[in-house]
Amino acid sequence: MTDVAVVGFVEAPNERHSPATTNGVEMLVPIFAEAFAATGLTKNDIGFWCSGSSDYLAGRAFSFVSAVDAIGAFPPVMESHVEMDAAWALYEAWLKILTGEAEIALAYGFGKSSAGMLRRMLALQLDPYLVAPLWPDSVAIAALQARLGIESGAWSQHEMARVAVRSRASSTTNSRALVSGDQSVEELLAKPYIADPLRAHDCAPVTDGAAVVILASGDRALDLCERPAWITGFEHRIDSGSLGARDLTAAPSATAAGEAAGASRAQVAELHAPFTHQEIILARALGLRDSLAVSPSGGALCANPMFSAGLARIGWAARAIMSGRADVALGHATSGPALQQNLVCVMEAL
Amino acid sequence: MSQPLHAPLEISFDYTRSLGPTLGEFVTALAERRILGARASDGRVHAPPFEFDPVTGAPPAELTEVGPAGTVVSWTWTDRPLEGQPLTRPFGWALIRLDGADTAMLHAVDAGSPERMHTGLRVWPRWGGPGRNGNGITDIVCFEPREPAQEFVSEPAPAAEPITMITTPVRLSYDHTVSPGEDSFLRALAQARIVGQRCPACGKVYLPSRGACPVDGVPTRDEVELPDTGIVTTFCVVNVPFAGQKIPAPYVAASVLIDGADIAFQHLVLGCAPDQVRMGMRVRAVWKPRAEWETGTHNIDHFEPSGEPDAPYDSYAHHL
Repeated sequence: MTDVAVVGFVEAPNERHSPATTNGVEMLVPIFAEAFAATGLTKNDIGFWCSGSSDYLAGRAFSFVSAVDAIGAFPPVMESHVEMDAAWALYEAWLKILTGEAEIALAYGFGKSSAGMLRRMLALQLDPYLVAPLWPDSVAIAALQARLGIESGAWSQHEMARVAVRSRASSTTNSRALVSGDQSVEELLAKPYIADPLRAHDCAPVTDGAAVVILASGDRALDLCERPAWITGFEHRIDSGSLGARDLTAAPSATAAGEAAGASRAQVAELHAPFTHQEIILARALGLRDSLAVSPSGGALCANPMFSAGLARIGWAARAIMSGRADVALGHATSGPALQQNLVCVMEAL
Repeated sequence: MSQPLHAPLEISFDYTRSLGPTLGEFVTALAERRILGARASDGRVHAPPFEFDPVTGAPPAELTEVGPAGTVVSWTWTDRPLEGQPLTRPFGWALIRLDGADTAMLHAVDAGSPERMHTGLRVWPRWGGPGRNGNGITDIVCFEPREPAQEFVSEPAPAAEPITMITTPVRLSYDHTVSPGEDSFLRALAQARIVGQRCPACGKVYLPSRGACPVDGVPTRDEVELPDTGIVTTFCVVNVPFAGQKIPAPYVAASVLIDGADIAFQHLVLGCAPDQVRMGMRVRAVWKPRAEWETGTHNIDHFEPSGEPDAPYDSYAHHL
């Protein structure tokens, strides 16, 4: 099978209110340039482009087509799009290289979450017949999930706050994170609920941003990067869309994706957990060792740009390999309500 | 960079959704104030019912009545209800396991205060009054706590005609922001000027700017002052009336290539009979009175023939 590696990753500064349009161009142009400068590539070297974004988030039809302006798509390019986090665009790009249709591929995601009311807009990812007509917001659904775990003894509000404290301390070294700082569990637990039992620190900040990851096959990867992050497992699985019919305190789809991708060997894991309790669910579902470094970037709890936060997790995990800090790293992305769908990408130094 | 022009944008659409056999039966029963569930191959009763068995993929053999009372299995509290949610005063969201069911359904609980919410709380559906039923899950306005002594079965509603369709309105509000290039274009229009932007790589002049040159992928930052004259590259005669139409048909909507620009933009061509408009016709902008100028293309009321000789086809062929 063709070997494919991550050879480049850039994320845009994560912002609470970007002055950019919702079609991503202003956020994407600088990070494409940065990724090309780092790898020595030009747009003409990219054999396949794939993006992740959402028209509902953008409030305009075919916003991903406007985003193609950022590529400079002339002569015409081979291009595709997923209405999902761009981690799934990266999956499509990986397949494109595996099938021999491209040697170098670029996946990008973008989202201006601040243009509308994100937590309300996310009701549209729910069952459109019996759930979405009630407009339950994403924070309320996460709160229902968090309480199930608290009352069953699977986790505590104290453990949830510890996740936030560790994430915010980690992100002090990430200049592009939106939230960071040194706070104590006691300080955080003294704050009021925003959706009982969730406090503000349990929820990812509404974030505008974008990210790009470049993949290359075999020898091309070695030309472009001293220490490519070779993809040795890339899997995604999905659980039932019926919130009341599955055990929300577990993520069987994450377990299945992790087992298929070889998650247990990871030394670093970047988890796409938009809520503190979801990081706890994921770490258990993936069978991560207690000593393992989780989300050294600060993770989605410190910057959660819609449609690129999952891709950025894979990018950060790849960076741990490329920089020599780890030999095996895991990037995870989630999609849908309450961790319904999960993707795991395991990368290694060879 | 200063904040570019931005404005509220609201989009809405009433989705009509056909229900199919299982949800059709479920929704019809809701209109009769009954809640149905379905037994899966593993023996679990799902309420609301599944359309296809999670294990075998088979549709449910039959639907059975559950509830209407249920027990809260998880809950949260919302202090500030959002548009479209079941209640406008603070309420609880809950996963509710209806009596006789093994799964939970999501709905609102009108508990008055979070102190009254707890896991294990017994809740009953509050049904919509006449005219508020027949549209699915919102036939249940919300659930409400009741003391055991108050537990009673609500009056059944008369048998309903089979319901095959529901309407689910979606309305979303945004703060729509224009790109920096569109910003300078719109602000110039407010002064009756036409400003395009030139790509630093290929030299093409975009009007309005696209944020990045679609050929080169680089921002088009160099501003170019353009005249308010141009060429009709292509056009159509609008004969069809539609809601909100401001000009009596027939009239001409045209692609106007401003002199010095490389892409045309759409505007009206008036001031002559529609059948006089032709490709290559020279036109000039007719501006609205100064008092009506805003940051929009409607500052140009329309274009009219300038009387100059037509542009030769070759001069605009590559802009079509």
